[in-house]
Amino acid sequence: MPLSGTFSGWTLILVFVCACVALAKPVGLWLFMLYEGRTTRATRLLAPIERGFYRLAGIDPAREQTWRQYALAMLVFQVVTVLVTYALLRLQGVLPLNPRALPGLAPDLAMNTAISFATNTNWQAYAGEATLSNLSQMLALVPHNFLSAATGIAVAFALFRGFARRETGSVGNFWADMTRITLYLLLPLSLIYALVLVAGGVPQTFASTIEATTLEGAHQTLVVGPIASQEAIKLLGTNGGGFFNANSAHPFENPNALINALQMLSIFAIGVGLTWCFGRAVGDTRQGWAVLAAMMILFVAGAGVLYWQEAGGNPLLHHTGLAGANMEGKELRFGAAASALFAAVTTAASCGAVNAMHDSFTPIGGLIPLFNIELGEIVIGGVGSGIYGFLLFALLAVFIAGLMVGRTPEYVGKKIEGHEVKLAVLAIVVLPLCILGGTAIASITAAGLAGPANRGPHGFTEILYAFASATGNNGSAFGGISANTPFYNGALAVCMWIGRFFVMVPVLAIAGSLARKNVTPASAGSFPTTGPLWIGLLVAVILIVGGLTFLPALALGPIAEQMAMLAGTTF
Amino acid sequence: MLTDFAAAARPAIVLTAAFFALTGLAYPLAVTGLSQAVFADAAGGSLIRRDGHVIGSGLIGQGFAADGYFHPRLSAAGKGYDPLQSGGSNLGPTARPLIARVAADLAANPGAPADLLTTSASGLDPDISPQAAEWQVRRVAAARHLAPARVLALVDGAVQMPLLGMIGEPHVNVLRLNLALDNLTATGAQPPR
Repeated sequence: MPLSGTFSGWTLILVFVCACVALAKPVGLWLFMLYEGRTTRATRLLAPIERGFYRLAGIDPAREQTWRQYALAMLVFQVVTVLVTYALLRLQGVLPLNPRALPGLAPDLAMNTAISFATNTNWQAYAGEATLSNLSQMLALVPHNFLSAATGIAVAFALFRGFARRETGSVGNFWADMTRITLYLLLPLSLIYALVLVAGGVPQTFASTIEATTLEGAHQTLVVGPIASQEAIKLLGTNGGGFFNANSAHPFENPNALINALQMLSIFAIGVGLTWCFGRAVGDTRQGWAVLAAMMILFVAGAGVLYWQEAGGNPLLHHTGLAGANMEGKELRFGAAASALFAAVTTAASCGAVNAMHDSFTPIGGLIPLFNIELGEIVIGGVGSGIYGFLLFALLAVFIAGLMVGRTPEYVGKKIEGHEVKLAVLAIVVLPLCILGGTAIASITAAGLAGPANRGPHGFTEILYAFASATGNNGSAFGGISANTPFYNGALAVCMWIGRFFVMVPVLAIAGSLARKNVTPASAGSFPTTGPLWIGLLVAVILIVGGLTFLPALALGPIAEQMAMLAGTTF
Repeated sequence: MLTDFAAAARPAIVLTAAFFALTGLAYPLAVTGLSQAVFADAAGGSLIRRDGHVIGSGLIGQGFAADGYFHPRLSAAGKGYDPLQSGGSNLGPTARPLIARVAADLAANPGAPADLLTTSASGLDPDISPQAAEWQVRRVAAARHLAPARVLALVDGAVQMPLLGMIGEPHVNVLRLNLALDNLTATGAQPPR
C-alpha cells in the first residue's frame, strides 16, 4: 500500500511530538519540586489544607518509610477507596443529585467499576449517560481520577529515590507524596484546565437532562452534567474514564479540534515531565532525555503506521465505491489524522480515553493501539506507571548488556544484581500472563465467547483487547464487546488489580533494594546509558521482550484479519 | 507487619474521606461556580433557542430526514442521534453488515461522500463535510423552491476551516446550517416537505 495521508495530517503528528518534547522540562521542574518535598510561593496557598489533612490523619510527613511500609500504606489506601466507591455506586438509587432516579449498580458492575477507577484503568462496562447519576460521576469516580494518578507518581518517586539515595532503608513517605502531588500538581492544574475546557464548549452544570424540540418537531433529550471537571483530570491523570459512553468522541467531552489537540497534549504532559524529573533526580538530566528519546522513537513509529493505515482506508469499502480514509467510527471534526494520533497517544500512555472507535479501525490500525498496550504502556505511559514500567525494561537492558561484556551491570550509579533483575522480570511477566491467560480462558468458555460483537478474527481481537486493556490498566476497548456480564466484570477486575499492584509492589521492592546500595562511580568500563547505542538497545529489548510474546496472539487476531481483508473475505 | 498495618489504617480512612470531599465535592462545585459565572452559555450546553424554545445544542447532532433540510451522518446512537445512548457501530473492517450497509446506501445514493455513508464515533456528530453539504444542495433547493446558487452560497458561508491549516478538518454544522436555511425562507413560513 502506498504511503497515504495528507500533508496537514503528517504535520499535525510532527508538531505534536515537538510540543511534547518542549513540555518535558517545565513540567519536570514542577515535578522535581514535589519529588524533593520543597515548598514554593505557589504551594504556600494550599499549605493549610495539607497541614490540616496531616493533623486529622495523624501523619508526620517527615517520617520516612521503608519500601514495605510504603507499599503497605499504598495498598491499604487503595482498598479503603475501593470500598467507598463500591458503596456509593451500590447506593446510587437512594443518594441525592439523581433526578432521573437511576438505580444502584449491580454488585459485579459496581465492584468492577470501583477497581477499574482505583487502578487508573477506567475500563467502563457501563454507559455513563444511561447508568450514573451526577453524584456518582463526581463523588464516586472523580476522586479516583486524582488519587490513582497521585499514587502512580508517588511510586515513581519512590523508585527515583532508590536510584538517587545511598545506603538508606527508606524510600519516602507515601502519605506525604500522595497528598502533595494531589494538592500542588493535579488539583490546581485540573481547575485551570477544566475552565479552559468549558470555554471551549464542554458543559459544567448540575442539571442532568435538557429537553429539546428539533426543527422537524422531534424530541431530543440532551444529557449534561459536571463534565468539564471530570474531563480535565481524566486526561491529566491518564485515567480515561469518560462521562459518556462515547468518551472523548462525544461532542460534549471534546467539542472541537483545538480542544482535541489540547486533550492529547494533556495526556502526555505529566508523563514526559517525569522523564526529565527522573534525570534530574539521579543527577544527570541526559539520562532522562535518553529515556524520552527511546519512548518517542516507539511512539512515532506506532502513530505513523496507525495514521498511514487509517488514511489509506478500507479496501473492502473501496470496492463498493466509497473512496478515501476509513471514517467508520470517526468524528468528522477530527478526521483520520487527529483520530489516529489520539488512538496512538491514549494507548501509549495508559489513558484509555478515545475520540474514535478503535473497534472500527482497519486491522493494522487497530493492531497498533493493542500493541502499545501490550508493550506495557511504557511509551510515555500512565502518570508514574509509564516511567517505572520503562525503568524495569532499562534494568533488563543493562542486565543484557552486562551479560554481553561480562561485567556487573550498572544503571545511573547503582549496581544491578540478581535480586533486582528477578523482581523486574516478575513485574514484566505479569502482563503476558494475565492477557494471554485471560484471553485463552475467554476463548474456550461459553461465557467468554458470548462477549464479542464481530465475527471471525475481529471477534478474537475484541477479547484480546479487553484483557490487554484491563491488565495494562488502559481502559479503552474494542467497544463492540458486551463486557457487562458477571464473567467479564469478574475476570477483568482481577486482571486490573494484578496488572496494577503486582507491578507496583515489585517496583517498590526494587526501590528499597537500590536505596540500600552505595553509589558506584562510573568508570571506563561502565556501559554508557545515554547515547544512541543505549537508546537502540532499549528499543530492541522492549520490542523483543515486551512485544514478541504477543506475536502469536496478534497473528490470530489483527494479522489474520488483514490477510482476510486483502483477500476480500468478510465475516 | 501488623503494627505497620495498624499505622496505615487511620491515615487511609481519614485521607479517603478528606480527598473524596475535596476532589469529589469541593472541586466540581468550584469549577461549576466559576464556569457558570464566566462561560454561562458553554457551561449550560451551548443551547440554541428559537422563539424561546430549546431546539438543540450547537454541539450535538440531530437526525434530519425531510428533503428540505440538510441531512447529518449516519448515527449508531440508539435509533439515531439519541444522546441517552451515545456510541459507534463498532463494526470491524471485515464485518459483513458494514460492507452490505455501505453498498446498499451507495446504490440508493450514487456519488454520496464517505462521511454520509459511515457512522460517527459518538453517534452525535454535529458536522458533515463541505462535499457532503454541496452534494445535498440540489435536493434542498428543489424542496424549498430556491435557486441552488442561493443555497450553495449559504453552505459556503457555513464552512469552518482547520485552525492553522492542520488542526481539524473542514466541516459544516448541520443544525446551524438548517437554521440559517429556515431563516432564509421567511422564518419557516414555508414549512419544508
